[in-house]
Amino acid sequence: MQPIGFVFKNIIIMRRDIFQAVADPTRRAIISLIALQAMTPNAIADNFHITRQSVSKHLRILTECELIKPEQQGREIYYSLEIKKMKEIDKWLEQFRKIWETQFNQLDNVLATIKKQKK
Amino acid sequence: MNNNLLFDFTVDKAAKKVFITREFDAELSLVWDAFTKAELLDQWVAPKPFTSRTKFMDFRVGGRRFYAMVSPEGQERWAIQKYTSISPKTNFKMFNCFADADENPQLPGSEWDYTFSEQDGKTTVRITIYNESLARMEKLIEMGFTEGYKASMTNLENLLAALSGK
Repeated sequence: MQPIGFVFKNIIIMRRDIFQAVADPTRRAIISLIALQAMTPNAIADNFHITRQSVSKHLRILTECELIKPEQQGREIYYSLEIKKMKEIDKWLEQFRKIWETQFNQLDNVLATIKKQKK
Repeated sequence: MNNNLLFDFTVDKAAKKVFITREFDAELSLVWDAFTKAELLDQWVAPKPFTSRTKFMDFRVGGRRFYAMVSPEGQERWAIQKYTSISPKTNFKMFNCFADADENPQLPGSEWDYTFSEQDGKTTVRITIYNESLARMEKLIEMGFTEGYKASMTNLENLLAALSGK
């Protein structure tokens, strides 16, 4: 099974909302913050000039996208980053890059053919 | 394929921009034609096994190209490109969005900027794509994979993960 697994590992199936999650600047800032350490919603909100309510909303969206994970520790909830999910974004971009690569290689062939015809 | 040709692809998530630079082993006028003439575009823009079919293309400022990416099963994915600025053999800009078969645009779209330059018989093309939403960029990927294909790949992925005990 190894060779087949290797071939199809690169095809990433992804939920649309991950990209909505990282498209928002506040949410990107939250991700950068908790990438360093797990934090409570209060501690996260201290870093922004926005309401607690709005921080909660961003945390909810990030949690729904599985980019961050809440964990109960005593009376407090700590949010931590799901590194694996973040890596999926990079893999997705790699796919995008591959499509371009394929297109341009096709263009190379078209250009080579035309050049030959002209000679 | 020539591996010595420059190819650079970067994404600025904050600016919602994609930057692509590619070098081609051909003179500028030929590369310009390949990006601005329908009969040439159709020969390379679709990632195989897809094909590109241009219904009409009017390459002038305010003009449009209406085309479809056609899957091997014959499924069409229509898009409109509207040219917003043209400086012959140097630069052109366009607005791109998906559409239905009746030319009704599906917003949001993306803004494309192409710059061409030639040196020592090689032509460099610089492309900047601005997307209102990064999520939309994912649709471009979908062109390469039909829903059914994706679903079967997910099944296979799950199966392989289960078999390898991950």
